Amino acid sequence: MTATDIHRTIDAVWKMEAAKVIAGLTRIVRDVGLAEDLAQDALVVALEQWPESGVPNNPGAWLMATAKHRAIDLFRRNQLLARKHEEVGREIEVKQMAMPNFDAAVEDNIGDDLLSLMFISCHPVLSTEARAALTLRLLGGLTTDEIARAFLASEPAIAQRIVRAKRTLADAHVLFEVPRGRELVARLSSVLEVIYLIFNEGYSATAGEDWIRPGLCEEALRLGRTLAELAPLEPEVHGLVALMEIQASRMKARVGPSGEPILLFDQDRARWDQLLIRRGLAALDRAEELSATRGSYTIQAAIAACHARARSPEETDWARIVSLYDALAELTPSPVVQLNRAVAVSMASGPAAGFELTEKLTSELSLRNYHLLPSVRGDLLTKLGRLAEARAEFARAASLTQNTRERELLLSRAERLRELDWSIL
Amino acid sequence: MRFLSIYKTAERATPPTAEEMATMGKLVEEGMKAGWLLATEGCLPTELGARVRRSSGKLTVTDGPFTEAKEVVGGFAILKASSKEEAIELARQFLRVAGDGECELRQIYDPGEASCYEPKTVAVAS
Repeated sequence: MTATDIHRTIDAVWKMEAAKVIAGLTRIVRDVGLAEDLAQDALVVALEQWPESGVPNNPGAWLMATAKHRAIDLFRRNQLLARKHEEVGREIEVKQMAMPNFDAAVEDNIGDDLLSLMFISCHPVLSTEARAALTLRLLGGLTTDEIARAFLASEPAIAQRIVRAKRTLADAHVLFEVPRGRELVARLSSVLEVIYLIFNEGYSATAGEDWIRPGLCEEALRLGRTLAELAPLEPEVHGLVALMEIQASRMKARVGPSGEPILLFDQDRARWDQLLIRRGLAALDRAEELSATRGSYTIQAAIAACHARARSPEETDWARIVSLYDALAELTPSPVVQLNRAVAVSMASGPAAGFELTEKLTSELSLRNYHLLPSVRGDLLTKLGRLAEARAEFARAASLTQNTRERELLLSRAERLRELDWSIL
Repeated sequence: MRFLSIYKTAERATPPTAEEMATMGKLVEEGMKAGWLLATEGCLPTELGARVRRSSGKLTVTDGPFTEAKEVVGGFAILKASSKEEAIELARQFLRVAGDGECELRQIYDPGEASCYEPKTVAVAS
């Protein structure tokens, strides 16, 4: 193996093992920042030693053992320091750190440790952006640079965000544990929100050149599946996993050869990943078995499932989709849900009925800069034959989106309408 | 990207023990749930198999067992990994449970997907 090969191997091992190592260490040292530093130290040792010694047989166990030794060294040094301060009779300024129990079996609790790590990374004391960055860092094993590129932020900004997040957690004395009872529900929704944010950032990047950043979707899916494994009795966890699996099944069909987005109705459904659809439908079944009432992710997954089950757009059960949007609007009232519902109504009862519903939304303040509203209206106006108005809506939508690919699509739709308009004249 | 992992091992006379089945079962379940294992099967003795070959247009069939072979195909897996290195790690994980033998890893052709030759252009290492 060449040095580059070794580095790529270490990179792969790190991405697979980082979360477990950091989680196990956090349980021992009770400080997620310190745990990550120790894990990073172990990574550095690996980078030094593995090119010489080769990759160990069980690289995960090797990283954990090395990090543990680093931790023991650190605690010994601190104890020694504390003792010296005592000897010279000075007031102890160095915080006395009790030697943790390093012999406690690390492997046994790995499930609980990973879950606790997810809860701590997604703690509500942190901003949503900080939670996402910290989660990708601690649970996804992503480098600061990778996170920065994924979120189109600068590396120092992300590094800063992570450092602040760790400090906030330490200052707030957030416990490394799996919350129970009523707290669990609130904390869990915070975790789900972060996973879905990561997925969405990858699925339909809000800005930038690439329309999809699939790496983020896969990372979110991986986190979701892990969470479903660790918290198998939570219906919304399965609901979110179902939603992501089904959305991800369309990944290959929703981008054309030159990177342009392809809308749901125009997608070649043969390119939908049936394995992911099966996984999604199975997760949806689990969510629905666990609870009689659907949570918001489960409803969204049920809507996605309606599309996944239809072999062509015409076969879609639009009446069911409308009723699922009704349920969603009741649970989480939002103009965006209303907009989606309007699309479903237009499919179930015709474009006029759908367009009627969007009229009320144009005065909605929160949708004023939302490009999908004029985009949907443009689409419905086209179907109604009101082409000049449609063109104006597409142009408006294009001016609102920050995504290059999407803007191109919208402009080309406006352009096509112009040609169509002329040909009618 | 997806990889085909073909497991080759010396053919043994005895079926796997209940314990071996259980540890392998655990790994398979883990992989299926986590999503890195897309499909996997294990093979029965070569005695029950055959080799069908076409050579210079002529077809021949050789029935098992394949006694002359040092190692025979013991099973296969289809792995989902974000790099060849990750697939290798998954194969190592498998061999730690399966015992002596070899996994031949081959990247599966996926239209529109980068092969491991091409430089990565995706934002997140994938």
